[in-house]
Amino acid sequence: MGFDVLLKGKNMLRLLEGLGVAMKISLVSVVISIFLGIIVGMLMSQKKPLINVVTRIYLEIVRIMPQLVLLFIVFFGFTKLTGKNISAELSSIIVFSFWGTAEMADLVRGSLLSIPMIQYESSKALGFSRLQTYIYIIIPQVARRLLPLSINLITRMIKTTSLIMMIGIVEVLKTGQQIIEANRKTSPGAAFGIFATIFLLYFLACWPISCLSKYLEKRWEN
Amino acid sequence: MEEILKIEHLKKSFDDLTILEDINLSVKKGEVLVVVGPSGCGKSTLLRCINGLEDIQEGKVILEGNIINPLVDRKSKYREKIGMVFQSYDLFPHKSILENVMLAPLKVQKRKKDEVKKEAEQLLDRVGLLSKVSNYPRQLSGGQKQRVAIVRALIMHPEILLFDEVTAALDPEMVREVLDVILNLAKQQRTMLIVTHEMAFAKAIADRVIFLDGGSIVEDSDPTSFFTAPKTDRARKFLNTFEFEKVH
Repeated sequence: MGFDVLLKGKNMLRLLEGLGVAMKISLVSVVISIFLGIIVGMLMSQKKPLINVVTRIYLEIVRIMPQLVLLFIVFFGFTKLTGKNISAELSSIIVFSFWGTAEMADLVRGSLLSIPMIQYESSKALGFSRLQTYIYIIIPQVARRLLPLSINLITRMIKTTSLIMMIGIVEVLKTGQQIIEANRKTSPGAAFGIFATIFLLYFLACWPISCLSKYLEKRWEN
Repeated sequence: MEEILKIEHLKKSFDDLTILEDINLSVKKGEVLVVVGPSGCGKSTLLRCINGLEDIQEGKVILEGNIINPLVDRKSKYREKIGMVFQSYDLFPHKSILENVMLAPLKVQKRKKDEVKKEAEQLLDRVGLLSKVSNYPRQLSGGQKQRVAIVRALIMHPEILLFDEVTAALDPEMVREVLDVILNLAKQQRTMLIVTHEMAFAKAIADRVIFLDGGSIVEDSDPTSFFTAPKTDRARKFLNTFEFEKVH
């Protein structure tokens, strides 16, 4: 089945290292996206015409463009245009954050706007300050709505990092291909074993996040 | 009796649309005012102007001698002195019933937890909801939620209570349980401004009836004369909408 290849040399270790590269890039991008997404989403929920137009265009660009094209634009295009060299890793983080921020902002905007006006008004009527209203009333409700949606986004971002091998980053998928190539003669069946292992690795990376989400949703059920 | 709330020449408008025009009103301590009038006459807006949920274009609202709208002193704690219950159920969905009631006294008034909890349980007991303390709003009926909302306002020890059509969104069989709670508050000499479409209830509870039409106060009289002998045609027309002629 080709699993034996994993035990040859440092193959398993190399795969894990590849996963590490993918995880590093996705986690950095996720953190940036959540942080910026919350800020942009709050701006979007203000319903200011100018901000609306700008963020709308931003969101549409992100939605229309395949992530791969964005990666190419930043990594190859930008370098050609300015003559400055951006590393593949930085390019990926830029593209993934650019994408993640847009999606996260849209989720934050939707969740904020789904809180009925009366929640703000009754808090005000009870004497809560603006800050207290957000801390005790609004944010806990927004967080509950946001959680499943943002978990979905995070796992999608992790999975999509497999694209970064196209700009030369040796992440888990690329490492897998290299191992398969190198063992083509000795173990022709390696492809199955290696790709199955990569499947398992991605699963192990995303599964705990899903579990955490399930746990929190249960705790917040009320 | 001493005057607690005074409204002078209040005008409220949205752009070109005038909602309230030259409203003058004085409320004494312990008085129960019922505000009636056709929909869109500005009843709800009047209540919202009183506790500052709406800004006003002219005039002022004075609570115990302090101008609270337009608000001069931003640090004024006047909102704690005005309790308001809304038409739509406005409990905090992520908090249990007890937490809903306790949140504001703990965080806004910084009172002690033990004392607040004791009072919360007493008040909930009085409206028959002590067994629901650990439930969440979605597990309660509309009538129960409104009773909790009343308790949540009461625990702040407000000087004056505003009720904005609190039974309008309720199923008919739940209206009574909420109105009974308000009737009990009237017996305790609470100062209240009540906007309602329940005319029988208005008759029973009001010390004074304010009839609002087209953004101004058209009548301000005691309930007996308002309901039996209204002074104006407009009030008569309005009251007639609640009467039905026999068909057969």
